[in-house]
Amino acid sequence: MAYERKFKIGKPILEVNNISLSFGGVKAITDTSFNVLEHEVRAIIGPNGAGKSSMLNCINGIYKPQQGTVSFRGQQIPNITPNIMAQMGLSRTFQNLALFKRMSVLDNILVGRKLHTKTNFLEVALQLPKVKKEEKINRERSEEIISFLEIEDIKDTPVGKLPYGLQKKVELGRALATDSTIILLDEPMAGMNVEEKRDMCRFILKVNDELGTTMVLIEHDMGVVMDISDRVVVLDYGKVIGDGTPDEVRSNQKVIDAYLGVEH
Amino acid sequence: MKPVFMTYTKKDLINLAVCMILSVLIIPTFIKTEYWYTSILIPWLCLALATIGQQIVMGYTGQLALGAAGFMAAGAFAMFNLILRVPDLGFVGSLIVSGLIAAAFGILFGLPSLKVRGIYLMVATLASQFFIIWMIDKFGWFKNYDSSGIITAQDIVILGKPFTTPLAMYFVCLAVTTILTLLAMNMARGSTGRNWMAVRDMDIAAESMGVSLLRTKVQAFAISAFYCGVAGALFAFCYLKSLEPVAFDIKLSFKILFMCILGGLGTINGAFIGAAFILLFPVLLNAIGNNVFHGAIDATIISSIEQVIFGLLMIIFMIYEPLGMAKLWENLKQIIKFKLSSSNIKKFKSLKKT
Repeated sequence: MAYERKFKIGKPILEVNNISLSFGGVKAITDTSFNVLEHEVRAIIGPNGAGKSSMLNCINGIYKPQQGTVSFRGQQIPNITPNIMAQMGLSRTFQNLALFKRMSVLDNILVGRKLHTKTNFLEVALQLPKVKKEEKINRERSEEIISFLEIEDIKDTPVGKLPYGLQKKVELGRALATDSTIILLDEPMAGMNVEEKRDMCRFILKVNDELGTTMVLIEHDMGVVMDISDRVVVLDYGKVIGDGTPDEVRSNQKVIDAYLGVEH
Repeated sequence: MKPVFMTYTKKDLINLAVCMILSVLIIPTFIKTEYWYTSILIPWLCLALATIGQQIVMGYTGQLALGAAGFMAAGAFAMFNLILRVPDLGFVGSLIVSGLIAAAFGILFGLPSLKVRGIYLMVATLASQFFIIWMIDKFGWFKNYDSSGIITAQDIVILGKPFTTPLAMYFVCLAVTTILTLLAMNMARGSTGRNWMAVRDMDIAAESMGVSLLRTKVQAFAISAFYCGVAGALFAFCYLKSLEPVAFDIKLSFKILFMCILGGLGTINGAFIGAAFILLFPVLLNAIGNNVFHGAIDATIISSIEQVIFGLLMIIFMIYEPLGMAKLWENLKQIIKFKLSSSNIKKFKSLKKT
């Protein structure tokens, strides 16, 4: 990239070491290792069933891999749960939208502020001044995110009533509201039209550029991936078959074979 | 930027003022018959409070729990024993402590919610219903070794003043219900309620946002049981004026469940609407039976009709309006507002023409 980045790509922030995951006899991921550098946009690509989403679920603690470890800022995390990872500063979106359907857009994004909410239920019930202060800060931050994502006009609509593309935006907003250092995006552009995809790319790059948030994304659209990511890791049948800059990956024979098929 | 935070909007304050004027000034001045207080208003407030408890765990947190009456029994008998054995605590103190005792049971019986969900959780929480009633029956200490089975509740004394007339008891229930309703609304609208609803709508996502499922679910069960416990104590001391475990059987749990669903899951005002409907509907049916058919229909048939209609309504609401009567009420207000505004537009247009 030609322009000067405000947040220079730094040391590895997230390291995945020798992860193996299987469901019964089916091996989803086999001995996979890669790392993510601070402030970079890292893409995980691969054909269907390559184990990309399983990989994210392992990092996030939804799946427990049989082998291997995940390290965050050089520190190995022994017992990963989604909650612990959230507290360490790792947020995510889901492939099949996991929004709070009956809550409004604003409320969804406010849930993302959970870790910045320190007051307990008794204080909330009594509406103590510190609760009001905290709520005000959280609401202001959420409104900021809403205007950043250009979804002001739908902020009071229940999320379940929104079209797919907007729901994806709200999910990104919820992940942003956590002020995490890393955001994992599971197919943020699936099912979108060209224009929506372009918008989403713009937001991802803008977040990375302005806030320095490290982005790890899974994506099918090769064009998009090659345009926005700094480094790409390619999975096939649960194994890493390529890792490097978009140009390196593009010229990797194994990757070409996996995507185009091999002549026998 | 617009003002982004306000706990209560102007509309809420007006609603609150209307409710308070209605319940504190208008009802006591116009309703003089004791029947209304002892048989309708007092049980309505008590059951509405218990329904708020059910709402918190079922409507807001999405945990299918069925054992509200068990927690009410815990609250009622805790109250009896506290007044009997720790008289220094006073009525209000005892009420709070009995709520806390019920909350402790809530935590205990809320723990299965971490492993099971849906209909299985419902069966697991039924244990609270049977266990608490069994415990009170089994150990004579809870009933102060009374052999008759029905214990008379002590008189309500607050700050040395007795509250024994129906009107006075109505005010006691009203005060407690109002305070707890406001607290529940604060929780439901604040960060606490958002955590509950996040767990209800998508628990994995909630966990990924840092919402602890364990804490949130157990908290909801505890708060729910607290509300049920306080409601049970009021129910026994202001309405039944006696304590017997049979009064808190599974039928009452189901009644509260129906109030919750018909009123509208995930709403606080729905608790009041649902409770009013389920309490008043039989009264209305009886009145129709007596006045329209002049007693030609047998009372047992009327009570059967009541069951049939409740069942039908449950099905209809589940299919067509899962958000219950509270939502219907909202829709009605919207329609009226729209009608008013469209008639205004017509007036405006006709003015323009001339």
